Amino acid sequence: MTDKTVMKTINYSLFYGSFKALCSITMDIPVNRITAIIGPSGCGKSSLLRSFNRMNDLISGMRTEGSILIDGKDVCSADVVELRKKVGMVFQRPNPFPKSIFDNVAYGPRIHGIRDKYKLAAIVEQSIRDAALWDEVKDDLGKSAFTLSGGQQQRLCIARALAVEPEVILMDEPASALDPVATLKIEELMEKLKSRYTIVVVTHNMKQAARVSDYTAFLLTDLERSGNLIEFGPTIDMFTNPTDTRTEDYISGRFG
Amino acid sequence: MIFRKFKQSFAFSAMWLACGLTVAILLAVIGYVIIRGFAHINMDFFLTAPRGGLSGEGGISSTIIATLYLMGTTLFFATPLGVGAGIFLVEYADSVRSRFVQKLVVIARFGVETLAGVPSIVFGLFGYALFVTTLHFGFSILSAALAGTCLVIPVIIRTTEEALKAVPNSYREASLAMGAGKWETIWKVVLPSAITGISTGIVLSAGRIVSETAIFYVTLGGSYRTPTSLMSGGRTMALHVYYLAMETRAFDKALATGAVLVVLIIILNLVINTVSRWLST
Repeated sequence: MTDKTVMKTINYSLFYGSFKALCSITMDIPVNRITAIIGPSGCGKSSLLRSFNRMNDLISGMRTEGSILIDGKDVCSADVVELRKKVGMVFQRPNPFPKSIFDNVAYGPRIHGIRDKYKLAAIVEQSIRDAALWDEVKDDLGKSAFTLSGGQQQRLCIARALAVEPEVILMDEPASALDPVATLKIEELMEKLKSRYTIVVVTHNMKQAARVSDYTAFLLTDLERSGNLIEFGPTIDMFTNPTDTRTEDYISGRFG
Repeated sequence: MIFRKFKQSFAFSAMWLACGLTVAILLAVIGYVIIRGFAHINMDFFLTAPRGGLSGEGGISSTIIATLYLMGTTLFFATPLGVGAGIFLVEYADSVRSRFVQKLVVIARFGVETLAGVPSIVFGLFGYALFVTTLHFGFSILSAALAGTCLVIPVIIRTTEEALKAVPNSYREASLAMGAGKWETIWKVVLPSAITGISTGIVLSAGRIVSETAIFYVTLGGSYRTPTSLMSGGRTMALHVYYLAMETRAFDKALATGAVLVVLIIILNLVINTVSRWLST
């Protein structure tokens, strides 16, 4: 791999109680690229994604082995607030707060200490522009976020994540609750955002992974139902010339 | 086939009857109290204090003041305690690792459920033993408010818990993923979403304070003078109804006071509805 990496996992294993959800994952997340994590349901895609910003911390009985590095430092010893500022997240279902469009995007900057009205307004405008939503909402910033359509809400959630200027954006099946047109808009947006951000996306949709991602990681459960990294590499190689037969079987739709 | 149709219409008629009877009884009670009561209500009734005596002369001014004073004081104590406990039980209790604290939480949950079903006079006796005599607060607004706090806290805790549980977890996740702390998340995202439910619990408690008698009989005394401080005794409207009905010949005035109470409760219910509608938009 020739690209610079921003995050990497080294022999990373994740346990929920006695259940081993992820088994010794080692992979690099290249900077300013879109990395897709694919695999059948229950293979640990989301668990892996949520390890990057330590959202699994909320689950009791959770334990890890190995390490995940961001800019060379272990995320587990990092301050979780700083980590999540650097590593933003967009969820499967659009989850705007029951607040106005403006307050949704201003939420992050506000909790990180920005009080100045003009500065906030500038950040909000820039973030919504970057999320390709500005033209649709610029006159309605005071309206509740719930007045937006599902696709718009998801782009608002992306704008909300952008507002704290993260380095990495994690997306957990960001388009699975959206219709094809809204999905396309999200994909175009991801393409645009990767010049400034590193994106890691979990997806069920292999066509989507093939369309948008530069690198793909394929996860599969072993006999103990633990998620293993089967293959990781440039998307184009993986989809045209997979090295592992299991990858080939999965992407050609033979199972999963 | 005919038999099934018959069963169907029989069931419907039975439900209609049950519903109709319930409404009829309700209207009869409220109608009786309001019609009989309103006949004796005039401006003087609101503006003069009771003068005591067997004939139950005077109005209800001091009892209105005592009721509002007691309601305010009780909610002043009960709201922060109840809402705080509710927040702890829903948002924090499960993340505390210590075995000892977890045991305490189980006991607290059980306690809240039990307390919600304890008759109010039992809280009254407790209040009498602790606040009135042991702590020498005497028959006073303070004693009554503290006993009343014990009475309504389970209501506030439970409505707060329900309201917090109804807040989708995705809001919490979204906030935490932005780098917000747990308290920031609760204060800025969870509580604003739950405020409707929480305020409903508080208004319900206010209604409870207005309508309870037994508990205040043994903690507030029954003096019909206007309370001037936390340490003075008094008589709420509900208590006044009891005194008028049982110890005077002024049954009409008891009905009139009852009518005012009913109107007050109706207003409180309207407040719940408007506040929750106003807060949820």
